[in-house]
Amino acid sequence: MRYSGLKVIKEALTGHKGWKPIWRNPEPQSSYDYIIVGGGGHGLATAYYLAKTFKKARIAVLEKSWLGSGNIGRNTTIIRSNYMLPGNEPFYEFSMKLWENLEQEFNFNAMVSQRGILNLLHTDAQRDAYRRRGNAMILAGADAELLDQDGVRKMYPWLNFENARFPIKGGLLHRRGGTARHDGVAWGYARGADLEGVDLIQNCEVTGFRIENGKLKGVETSRGYIGAGKVGVAVAGSSGRVMAKAGMRLPIESHVLQAFVSEGLKPTIDGVITFGAGHFYVSQSDKGGLVFGGDIDGYNSYAQRGNMAVIEDVAQGGMALMPAIGRARLLRVWGGIMDMSMDGSPIIDKTPIEGLYLNAGWCYGGFKATPASGYAFAHLLATDTPHETARFYRLDRFERGLPIDEKGMGATPNLH
Amino acid sequence: MLIPHPLLGLRDSEEFAYLGDASLLDRPDGMAPDAAQNFYEYQHLRDNPAGVHRELWFHEQGDRSWLIVTRNTITHEILGAELARDIKLARSSGGAA
Repeated sequence: MRYSGLKVIKEALTGHKGWKPIWRNPEPQSSYDYIIVGGGGHGLATAYYLAKTFKKARIAVLEKSWLGSGNIGRNTTIIRSNYMLPGNEPFYEFSMKLWENLEQEFNFNAMVSQRGILNLLHTDAQRDAYRRRGNAMILAGADAELLDQDGVRKMYPWLNFENARFPIKGGLLHRRGGTARHDGVAWGYARGADLEGVDLIQNCEVTGFRIENGKLKGVETSRGYIGAGKVGVAVAGSSGRVMAKAGMRLPIESHVLQAFVSEGLKPTIDGVITFGAGHFYVSQSDKGGLVFGGDIDGYNSYAQRGNMAVIEDVAQGGMALMPAIGRARLLRVWGGIMDMSMDGSPIIDKTPIEGLYLNAGWCYGGFKATPASGYAFAHLLATDTPHETARFYRLDRFERGLPIDEKGMGATPNLH
Repeated sequence: MLIPHPLLGLRDSEEFAYLGDASLLDRPDGMAPDAAQNFYEYQHLRDNPAGVHRELWFHEQGDRSWLIVTRNTITHEILGAELARDIKLARSSGGAA
């Protein structure tokens, strides 16, 4: 079934009786050529590109819960390509290009909306840093504009420009950034993968790996043993505990990041605004709710919920930036579990175990990377060579002294 | 979260700075022949368990002591706190080295 305007009109006129489930619910087979562990955004995207672009078959995605039940369903939906370092920017720009064609590619409305991201700056030093970042972005093929205070005033006149401690002096505008409907991304990739013959197996938790002489043979699951040629693990915040089942320790700690939605308001913010001084970012959903977040809670957690202290901290950041937010009621708070890697950058690589591949360490930037992460991981699984934009995301880069320290904070994961 | 400080009683975790896994107390010997590998593992690799976790918290806005807090990472329940100093001293005084 393909979606089209005509199909929507026909269904509207006939009582919406023709819609069908958009993926099968198959029983697991005894073996597959490729098994992807994790039915979230990155896992589903990997399966989709593996089947569609790299023409591989006999692929399964194993998800311990329901599809998209992890971080793809628990984030603030922002997509952007405003990284700076050579190991990162080409990858995120590749991801942005995939976002721009995503809905046509998998024939599903993921509500990709390039409404622009504005990173506010508050000091002369920050202006210099953003100018440098903007130039790095432009060199990598992305877009960036440095706005002065008047430029920002024209966009958002109600911001608190005269904040005594962090006056707004301008901003770095990345017009192609924006938001996408997070669940729609998962469902679009799931449907696309299913149409290409991928078995999406839900409620199937991987409980162990069968490894013989350093070579992977298959996975033990809550629904029995499944043999596999190659296994790719893409389990977001659970990478530590899943890879421990294969006897591996990772350069990763799991931390919780909270996000927030206010009650529905009239259209106020048409883009995404980040408050560089206090680490607060906000956009407005199509239903009117302000969607915002801030720092991680800062200690190891698998709880998928945070603590009040960070809620207070984020609310203070919001109040400093846009005092009017104080009149809005907070509707929902949720937490997702992040793989905080030791340099703040991800890992897409083979592991020392033959046949076992890892996609991990996305810190709290995994959503925007979904298409490129899936594409690059599928490339690695299909060809055993890294995709050209992901070749710096090596597992052994810490050992070799080649970290990608985008935030300039060193090997301290709880700071990212 | 409230941390039961051994000297000061229950204190808000916001008074503390978090450093991570308590295994960071066990700094490798820099003069050992395999020091490079040991320091790579010490600095970068983590057990990252889901469940009981021993970790370092610095009472930055209090008495500036380091604590080893035992905490469940799934429930955020805190099971105990000890002074890191006591543990290090017990080890170096020839106890359980």
